[in-house]
Amino acid sequence: MKAAVVVFPGSNCDRDCRVAIERSTGADVTMVWHQDTALPVGLDLIVLPGGFSYGDYLRCGAMAALSPVMTEVKAAAARGVAVAGICNGFQILCEVGLLPGALLRNAALKYVCKPVDLDIVNAQTRFTAAFGDRREATMTVGNGEGNFFADDETLDRLEGEGQVVFRYQQNPNGSSRAIAGIINPAGNVLGLMPHPDRAFEPALGSADGALLFQSVMASA
Amino acid sequence: MKAVVHVFLKPGVLDVQGKAVQTALHGLGWDDVDHVRVGRVIEFDIVGDDSAAARTRVEAMCDRLLANPVIEGYRVEIAA
Repeated sequence: MKAAVVVFPGSNCDRDCRVAIERSTGADVTMVWHQDTALPVGLDLIVLPGGFSYGDYLRCGAMAALSPVMTEVKAAAARGVAVAGICNGFQILCEVGLLPGALLRNAALKYVCKPVDLDIVNAQTRFTAAFGDRREATMTVGNGEGNFFADDETLDRLEGEGQVVFRYQQNPNGSSRAIAGIINPAGNVLGLMPHPDRAFEPALGSADGALLFQSVMASA
Repeated sequence: MKAVVHVFLKPGVLDVQGKAVQTALHGLGWDDVDHVRVGRVIEFDIVGDDSAAARTRVEAMCDRLLANPVIEGYRVEIAA
């Protein structure tokens, strides 16, 4: 099993992701620099990590979306490789058009950093299958611009097509319909604001994030 | 030529910064202020002397990078 974590200038959860994936799944993890024009062969998972890529200049994720490596990430996503964007990675996936919507400034204008309880709205995805019968999970959020926004038509479509994967039980940032994570129609690109990489073993307060990585690898 | 691009959140999108600034202005006594929106101004030089052509190019830049069409609208000014 092989995974890659993309490192942008300003990423700060890249190493967390590597450790989380390695310890949760035993997968071989390669760090890929954003200027790279090729990804390792035979990847089962690509992670765009959290952080502040390019200092959040212009808009969160806007500059990273134009990085050379994103051409390869888009091509891999089109081939069906699992791609997970966590926090800043979610912002990048929206900016690059792999997921709909955008992430706005938090409604309370505050950076929110705390564990959040989530409803697993769709447990039938490549990213949630290992949760089994569980319909709740706990992970940590850490964001200032995590307020998911999309127009009503898009939100209705996301809900109708089972593309809402995680929902906050108590909305920490004003996200439309309390959405915490969404998936693309093909089911291989996930964006979420909570950090599975900060919740992969009990010492971190929750090990639920490990199940997300294990789900992907089990489907590989 | 000089290009000035104004980028604002679309009318339907809650502008929390604008709301906070409005609350602050009200707190300072300017109760007559309403609908505050906070945006971004980007200005740059652009080579050429055809302002219509320059506008088309700058609009393409807005669609591609300077604004996010999901949440933002923009207004372009071109000056000699």
